[in-house]
Amino acid sequence: MADLAIAHPERQAAAESPAQLRQDRLLSVGARCALPVALLLGIGFLAPLVAILGYAFATPRSFDVFSSFTLANFATLFDPANTVWLSFFWSCGLALFTVAILAVVAYPIAYGLNMVFGRWSALISVLFVFPLFVSENVRLYGWVLFYIRNGVLDGSLKWLGLPGGPEVLYTPGITLFGMVYTYLPFMLFPMTLGLALVPRDLVDAARDLGAGRLFIWREIELPLAMPGILIGMLLTFVLAIGATAEAKILGGQSIIVISHDIEIAFTYSQNWPLGSALAVVVTFFIGALTLFALSKLDLDRMLGKR
Amino acid sequence: MEHRRTKAAIWAWTLFVLVAIYLPIVCGALASFNKSRYFGFPIRTYATEWWQKTLDSIEIGMIVKTSISIALLVTVFSVVIATFGALAFARYEWKGRKLYQKLILLPIFFPQPVLGLAMLLGFNAVGIQTSWMTAVFAHMVWIVPVVTLIIAIQVYGFDASLEEAAYDLGCSRIQVFREVTLPLLWPGIWSGMLFAFLLSWSNFPLSLYTTGADSTIPEWLYAKMVAGYTPMVPALGTMATLGAAALLLAGGLVGILARRRAAA
Repeated sequence: MADLAIAHPERQAAAESPAQLRQDRLLSVGARCALPVALLLGIGFLAPLVAILGYAFATPRSFDVFSSFTLANFATLFDPANTVWLSFFWSCGLALFTVAILAVVAYPIAYGLNMVFGRWSALISVLFVFPLFVSENVRLYGWVLFYIRNGVLDGSLKWLGLPGGPEVLYTPGITLFGMVYTYLPFMLFPMTLGLALVPRDLVDAARDLGAGRLFIWREIELPLAMPGILIGMLLTFVLAIGATAEAKILGGQSIIVISHDIEIAFTYSQNWPLGSALAVVVTFFIGALTLFALSKLDLDRMLGKR
Repeated sequence: MEHRRTKAAIWAWTLFVLVAIYLPIVCGALASFNKSRYFGFPIRTYATEWWQKTLDSIEIGMIVKTSISIALLVTVFSVVIATFGALAFARYEWKGRKLYQKLILLPIFFPQPVLGLAMLLGFNAVGIQTSWMTAVFAHMVWIVPVVTLIIAIQVYGFDASLEEAAYDLGCSRIQVFREVTLPLLWPGIWSGMLFAFLLSWSNFPLSLYTTGADSTIPEWLYAKMVAGYTPMVPALGTMATLGAAALLLAGGLVGILARRRAAA
């Protein structure tokens, strides 16, 4: 090989330079591949947020975006007499409960998908994904048909000669139920990815060395699966903060959640600047939380490991 | 012994949750076969007349067409953009990658009703009239990141030296992409396409604010749920669900067959 290289020094140089070129280009190939996504998100995600910010500082009840500047909208929001804070607390409280309940509901399933179900895992995953392809309106309305007076539950109980079902519709409790129902997949799949990061050898080794099940769970499984569990919790929390359909369809507007307040400002009261100011507050809250959590994650490890 | 009992408990719990997940969908299907206009259970007389009325309705026909057009365009655009996006996410080592990986998640970690409203404001600020075409764009903002992640998972399992080998054998950049990269990523791209179509098909919060005077199936259903219930609501809802199930089933079968053929 060495004499070949000596015999054709110019050929070797020629063979090297395209590779060299490719190496140089490789740095920018990634950036170029990212360009369409970046453009889309720049125009479709960042620009609307800027528009909201612009509206938030516009004269109340006007459409003078970027031409007027006032803090009046924020002053209205931060006025303690405003009921917006009540909505905000409802949304946060419901979101926290949703996350807590879902963590308990989804953990055994995520564990099962990784360790118990074997060849059934794929099918069970698909069954859990599929509801995402059915509009949440349709699914939540199905629950209305289930719980409503003379509905599936009430009607069946009466048919059996029992006094009939409880009146649960149009309460905060059923709103929480609806949120737990809707956001299950968003907790389940990150959690499953997280649990897949736990090496089984490690668990087996710990068991061979005499560790108890609770000890293994607390010292090995939980810490190693934490990135996935945290992503699931964050995702559910953020989506639940913005949820409106559950409170409207199942909750019958017995409570007003924060996104509903934003919507009311945009539609009935025709006060876009006030709605925008509220949206800005919510966005900052969610953005700060998300960016903080995402800055601590290594996505290559989470998604790349199979 | 105890171990087996744990496994049984996990199976039982999972099946219970699955039943709960599909229960409301079944309730909707039941309501659509009820002959009388108002729902009562047990159903006295079953009838398919509301299905017939739904199928005959010209208004619903237009809405279905709008939903399909949006979903098809979203699928085509999203998959092209997301395939490159996934290569940037997982294949290439480049300067801004870590930042890009996180920024792409932001639209997923954002409440859709607020995102929809923000986009309505954005369209309004630059003077674009909203219609089903603006909804295509709005759906993409959320769906492209999701599809990028799905394809990226495939890219992680992809052996980059195969591309290098093709280059060394004298292939051009386009040839390598067409003959090596695309076939290897195909399973991920195929899942991405199914996700893109079905997520657009079922989306409500983004459509609500960005379709303007046009209406999609979830929007129509919501409007009728709030005011003016007829059994056509569960009928159309059930049809949309069955359509999604049929597409997922067909898509899954094609995927499995293609993999078998590739393996053979």
